[in-house]
Amino acid sequence: MLSLVTRAAGVWVRLRRACSTAALLCSQPCMEKCPADHVVFSRPYSSQKKEKLDMSIFPVENIRNFSIIAHVDHGKSTLADRLLEITGTIAKTDQNKQVLDKLQVERERGITVKAQTASLFYSYEGMNYLLNLIDTPGHVDFSYEVSRSLSACQGVILVVDANEGIQAQTMANFYLAFEAQLAIIPVINKISAKLGTNVEKVLQEVIEKVPPPSVNIRDPLKALVFDSTFDHYRGVIANIALFGGEVQKGHKIVSAHTRKTYEVNEVGILTPNEQPTHKLYAGQVGYLIAGMKEVTEAQIGDTLYLHKQPVEPLPGFKSAKPMVFAGMYPVDQSEYNNLKSAIEKLTLNDSSVTIHRDSSLALGAGWRLGFLGLLHLEVFNQRLEQEYNASVILTAPTVPYKAVLSSAKLIKEHGKEEITVINPAEFPDKSSVSEYLEPTVLGTIITPDEYIGKIITLCQTRRAVQKDMMYIDEHRVMLKYIFPLNEIVVDFYDALKSLSSGYASFDYEDAGYQAADLVKMDILLNGNSVEELGTVVHKDKAYAVGKAMCERLKDAIPRQLFEIAIQAALGSKVIARETVKAYRKNVLAKCYGGDITRKMKLLKRQAEGKKKMRKIGNVEVPKDAFISVLKRQSEK
Amino acid sequence: MAAPGWRRPRARLAAALRCVRAARNWKHRAQRPPRAEPVQAALYVHWPYCQKRCSYCNFNKYIPRGLDEESMRSCLTREAQTLIRLSRVQRISSVFFGGGTPSLASPFTIATVLETVSRCAHLAADAEITLEANPTSAGASRLAGFRASGVNRLSIGIQSLDNAELRLLGRNHTAAEALGTLEEAKKLFPGRTSVDLIFGLPGQSVSSWAGGLEELLQLCDDHVSLYQLTLERGTSLFKQVQQGSLPMPKQEVVAEMYESAREMLRDVGFRQYEVSNFARNGALSTHNLSYWQGSQYIGIGPGAHGRFVPRAHGESLREARIQTLEPDSWMKEVLACGHGTRKRTVLSQLEVLEEVLVLGLRTDIGITHQHWEQFATSLSLWDMFGSSEEVKELEDQGLLLLDNRGLRCSWKGLALLDSLLLTLLNQLQQSWADRTAPGT
Repeated sequence: MLSLVTRAAGVWVRLRRACSTAALLCSQPCMEKCPADHVVFSRPYSSQKKEKLDMSIFPVENIRNFSIIAHVDHGKSTLADRLLEITGTIAKTDQNKQVLDKLQVERERGITVKAQTASLFYSYEGMNYLLNLIDTPGHVDFSYEVSRSLSACQGVILVVDANEGIQAQTMANFYLAFEAQLAIIPVINKISAKLGTNVEKVLQEVIEKVPPPSVNIRDPLKALVFDSTFDHYRGVIANIALFGGEVQKGHKIVSAHTRKTYEVNEVGILTPNEQPTHKLYAGQVGYLIAGMKEVTEAQIGDTLYLHKQPVEPLPGFKSAKPMVFAGMYPVDQSEYNNLKSAIEKLTLNDSSVTIHRDSSLALGAGWRLGFLGLLHLEVFNQRLEQEYNASVILTAPTVPYKAVLSSAKLIKEHGKEEITVINPAEFPDKSSVSEYLEPTVLGTIITPDEYIGKIITLCQTRRAVQKDMMYIDEHRVMLKYIFPLNEIVVDFYDALKSLSSGYASFDYEDAGYQAADLVKMDILLNGNSVEELGTVVHKDKAYAVGKAMCERLKDAIPRQLFEIAIQAALGSKVIARETVKAYRKNVLAKCYGGDITRKMKLLKRQAEGKKKMRKIGNVEVPKDAFISVLKRQSEK
Repeated sequence: MAAPGWRRPRARLAAALRCVRAARNWKHRAQRPPRAEPVQAALYVHWPYCQKRCSYCNFNKYIPRGLDEESMRSCLTREAQTLIRLSRVQRISSVFFGGGTPSLASPFTIATVLETVSRCAHLAADAEITLEANPTSAGASRLAGFRASGVNRLSIGIQSLDNAELRLLGRNHTAAEALGTLEEAKKLFPGRTSVDLIFGLPGQSVSSWAGGLEELLQLCDDHVSLYQLTLERGTSLFKQVQQGSLPMPKQEVVAEMYESAREMLRDVGFRQYEVSNFARNGALSTHNLSYWQGSQYIGIGPGAHGRFVPRAHGESLREARIQTLEPDSWMKEVLACGHGTRKRTVLSQLEVLEEVLVLGLRTDIGITHQHWEQFATSLSLWDMFGSSEEVKELEDQGLLLLDNRGLRCSWKGLALLDSLLLTLLNQLQQSWADRTAPGT
């Protein structure tokens, strides 16, 4: 059951209707208004049709471009399903669950990773409307994608779960839409168990409240790329929103970002499957195929224009900036090529993942991958496993630190004063650095007030600084903290959820870099440093991190013929130590006729394993030991 | 596959082909074996039956429901005959009746097997003939019967002198019964009676173990075998420990038990001639020594293992052989084709050397240069191990010795042999590959 909130709640700021004046300007004489009876859509739009649609029947004033935004699991995708059903875009069956969420991981996690778009046809008061539902990714890791999707819209439906109320992500989404000056239609979901009530009303509200796009068909072509996918047969499929002009097969177009020219092969709308059309007109949303070979050629936020008719690019374009890095290695080196091709295929659809070849003495050849955030990383890993059946070792995530160099020699070497450090091995020594910087985020936590004490303690242990704290209703509090990013990339969210019995919600946004007392911690085995275990940590956290690593290593390194000292050290200062005792007896008691074959097999297998172990000084370290220390710890 | 002399009517030939699954490695046929194998072998006879299942044992054994001893007897003799002929050995150096519980067999069966063996090859009058005996199935009269049938050495599975421990192990005898059997055996086989004990049992402490051993040392003869309990998959003890209902003693504690036992035995004049075996007055088991010295042995009976060159087939390389496990199937195969060999694997020269290394280092003498030369004519122990840094490290740690006598473990190293062997096996492989690589 849905309820339209016609009056803004206390927290809602009065909205400015960005398009209210523009709407007056956009009635075009060239485009007649199109009464409903002039258009006959006798077929269901979900079926694949070969005939091309004529999109000229939808003048700009009959078009509404909107998104649905919501906190995770508040019913965004379900509302989208219902909208698709009542407009006849998809057949009404029980199977329609998260129709726009095509990926297994999206359905499992109840999140949208890859935004989908659907054009809906709807008759209202005798007029036919083209309603373009532009779905958005449901997590802040993808906030850039969300902002680009929103820039193709003039309004949003903000869904709030009646039981859970406003959550951290509700706020984040609200502000995104508010800053983009979009019409906001608040919808309260899950008031009772029955689904589908009032959904029609939501559509009518979209038509009433969301202004049509303010564009001109006689302007030169100006198309925003707000998403792209890759098809093995047809290349890149760019999702576009037309801010001016029109586009059709045969047009020569140029990317404002790459300056490359392409010839358009196909245009169409998404229903949500691709449906070719003769043309796309200003104000409309659809797809374009133009012989682009890689998704990087159709970057999100880029502007396309006609060859020799350049336009001012749409504002807000930026290349994806990875915030969380993790090493990825095949479990078995013989799987390297398979994993490589799986990663390549996945990144074909996700240009925001950065890939650098990396190799670890312990884990072999692999990659250091950069992600937009932690969820992005998890989703990527899960997709590799589910869609490509790849099993990988994923190292604990790290963040990009910066160092402001003081040594003239180093500045000359790097050609700049401030360098970014991703690999701990490249962490410059304090003596040649005037300041280290770490990335921070502004985190928003919304929680029932009974958990405040515990949450404040948690935040303090994560070196967070409180910025704000306010009651948003009688029982719930919104806390705002500046967090060092590395304090939340590993297990913060899990800790927050567990101490609040799942009630607290969390969201964050980039808050720039701040000075930090960072140190490089080495792990030593019998005095010899283990290069791949070196880590950059905040000085206050060095002991806890060092102790945990030593303990994990102690459990993972088998006894040897001598005692092994496992130490964590800052420079020459040892801050934590564990000991693996020497073997005193390791010989099979019985070895006669029948046992010899078995014993030989066992010994030879062990000898083979010994060859594969990495030697640090005289200590043999099995690969498993590295994995257990480097691997992301999912529990705790 | 079968030798010409084995040809049988078609149906039998097919059966014979089924019996033998040869895992041949033709590549090795081109290599010339280092030296002719000596024309003798030890013989192991497996008696597969027990009265009761022990909680720790995963050997090939069966609790018989109506045992046809006569068939078993005739099959054992038949297989002994076939395999001794196949090996073309002229001399059987020792015979060992193991199991199962071979003391459940009648002295007549033992006598018949021995008689057959001595008809097929030379079996010296003083050759060591050992029988494993279970305290309950070895009353005085029965033991005398075994002696009369040719057995001259007895190995008694005492396992523990603590009745609670015996129950835990699922043994069907008490400590008193075991000591009674020991007393009888010492009279019948003076200087040639061995006892087995197990340590590292759930709930056992260093002092309770040492106490039991102390008691036994007052009563035992000149040979003692001490075995650390190994939990074998599929045994009831394994299951109980897995389920957490039985706590196993810690590694440190077991190491301490072993160490204290070695010292106690040394103090009363026993020589530890192998990892688990101790003897005084020269009462070493020659049969078991022949395993550790890499000698040929023929195994007969269900599930028995063997290592010998089937010369009658014109072969010159040693084979690892396993007989069919299940007694009834084994008997059928023996009746059909004279033997129940289920699996044959040709051992390459390197594989033989690996076994020589692994087994030889279990002894206190280790591997002498002369001993090694019998198996590797072109590569001495020095060639193999003399230049290895890692071997040097083990020597420096006082665990291993390579000198003019040969290669052997130190007192401390013997307890850590399995760790040392990993380094040595890799070094052996490396040296072997370096020397046989073309162009070097």
